Amino acid sequence: MPSLIDLMLEGRKVQQHGPWPRAIVDASVWTFAASELAHGRWSLLGLWGEPSMVHMSIMDEHTAEIATISLDCPDHSYPSVSKYHPPALRLERTVRDLFGLSAEGLPDTRPWLDHNRWGVRFPLGNRTIALPKASPYAFLPVEGDSLHQIAVGPVHAGIIEPGHFRFTASGETVVRLEQRLGYTHKGIEGLMTGANLERAAQLAGRVSGDSTVAYAFAFSRAAEAALELVVPDRAVWLRALVAELERLANHLGDIGAICNDASFALMHALCSVLRESVLRASHTAFGHRLMRDIVVPGGVTRDLDDEGKKAIQATLDNIRRRFPALVELYDNTASLQDRTVDTGVLKPALAKQYAAGGYVGRASGRSFDARRTLAYPPYDSLRFDVPVLNDGDVNARVWIRVREVEQSLLLIDQILDRLPEGPLGTHAGHRRETREGMAIVEGFRGDVLVWLRLRDGRVERCHMRDPSWFQWPLLEAAIEGNIVADFPLCNKSFNCSYSGQDI
Amino acid sequence: MRKLLFESLFRLPFTEQAPSLNDTAVTELAAAVGHAARRRLGRSLSIREVDAGSCNGCELEIHALNNAYYDVERFGLRFVASPRHADVIMVTGPVTKNMREALERTYDAVPNPKWVVAVGDCARDGGCFAGSYAVVGGVSQVVPVDLHIPGCPPSPVTILQGLLALLDRTAKSAAST
Repeated sequence: MPSLIDLMLEGRKVQQHGPWPRAIVDASVWTFAASELAHGRWSLLGLWGEPSMVHMSIMDEHTAEIATISLDCPDHSYPSVSKYHPPALRLERTVRDLFGLSAEGLPDTRPWLDHNRWGVRFPLGNRTIALPKASPYAFLPVEGDSLHQIAVGPVHAGIIEPGHFRFTASGETVVRLEQRLGYTHKGIEGLMTGANLERAAQLAGRVSGDSTVAYAFAFSRAAEAALELVVPDRAVWLRALVAELERLANHLGDIGAICNDASFALMHALCSVLRESVLRASHTAFGHRLMRDIVVPGGVTRDLDDEGKKAIQATLDNIRRRFPALVELYDNTASLQDRTVDTGVLKPALAKQYAAGGYVGRASGRSFDARRTLAYPPYDSLRFDVPVLNDGDVNARVWIRVREVEQSLLLIDQILDRLPEGPLGTHAGHRRETREGMAIVEGFRGDVLVWLRLRDGRVERCHMRDPSWFQWPLLEAAIEGNIVADFPLCNKSFNCSYSGQDI
Repeated sequence: MRKLLFESLFRLPFTEQAPSLNDTAVTELAAAVGHAARRRLGRSLSIREVDAGSCNGCELEIHALNNAYYDVERFGLRFVASPRHADVIMVTGPVTKNMREALERTYDAVPNPKWVVAVGDCARDGGCFAGSYAVVGGVSQVVPVDLHIPGCPPSPVTILQGLLALLDRTAKSAAST
């Protein structure tokens, strides 16, 4: 069995691409990689386009090796990966929508992000004028006796992002759920093109509001990899601090919100109070409740002073005092467990096939956490556990979050204890030549991938892949056979990003 | 659960004082709603939130309004599930082209009199997403906006000040007619 390195040797290596290699390969190597993915030997990290080239990033989970292969497609077509490996399906549909590159053998040729409302087709490739009239989106057929459909969204009943869910149910049981997304597509990768580093980092931080730190972190690391910048120690540690605060706030919010979807409002009320306390501490320490625009290429924009440190420590103390009672409440409430245990089961095999990141993967036996597996600084010198469960149900996803809250508390303690002194950033300088970089950062939801090419201080192409790309399809699988009333629980326990996947 | 409920009998509430309406920012906000349709609503307002393509940052802060610190329901502000139940639609995001029709249809479904509150910097003019092929660029391009609450995202206090200004203005104008 060839390794990823062998695969790279088959192609023409691209210079000045860091930290992992990229090679331009031919169609046979591309197809070979697709079949290896299909056999489960490697995992798909991302697949994205350019006007006449496609890229695919692959990881070998056993060795934590990562490589990117690229295929020239002068005639605007390439061999489909999703024909062999379904996780690539929505990515290939998107590459077609944005760049006009078609995948030969693509099993589903319906558009994905393009709802025929942009007034233009292939906006990032060779633009053509839009089709004269949008045809209705053809949802997959479901046949059988006594089936009915329930259409939900894009405007939902709660304060949440827009998306459309088409349920087919037999009585109360969901037979099929089909998602239609793309409503929040803002064309961010288009706006990135030609942007300077400052504006591009700002845009990256606005891909998904709850992961603004994770995106800014991933973008900055990718830019630094391209420019071979060394970030000062204090900035490296402060980045981890804001990343853990973001994780903490989101997990606390989610634990309460999942229980709320089982009508257990007390838990929601108490978890919201803890979440709010984290946001307030973040505001005191870094001047912004969600910590937007704190992480930038080269370093961070805000320092932590004594007041901020005290605010964070007081919040940690408060959470340590109150959180265990909430965990106990969750664990001892049979009516709540009745809704979460054995609900929305995601089988470990599917989580592995889709290389599902974050709590979705870790609740279904996939022990991947970019902080540990890829051990980027400062996590390479911090102690923490990566919790893993195998049940794959809503309950398991709640418990993974609970454990991660505890781990984040420990991590923040270590960071505050060992925070080194020194400058907050280094200047990016000006490089005229073309340089490429890539980064993977663990957000609260899973691994965020950013790949970019810089030329003359500006972004020539930047691709950002949200963990939700590989989690949304799994929600469709996990809901099957559950009752309609349990959908909110399943959905919230996945908590996929709309804006992040619609980009 | 008994223990937690029992504790709450003795603990001070988390809920904080209502933010002051005397800030200059609020005066400006109140002036901005001067031309809004007017009718006595008492101190009760039902809000239908519509995400028209935001990054979800504004939604997180709007959610926070419901937590025990801000507890918006004490002001008669209530988030409702259907536009048919709403007095106000609160819109976030730069309005993506893919959401334009859904926003229009939600607006049309709200009975008169109705107000539109645009929340966040990108709801004003598209913010940092302005100029994209996929974005309309500002809520007022699609539906008439009565009040804009700036911020990226605005904090819960800022949102609350804006909504109170809207209520205050409405109540005053109702009293004078």
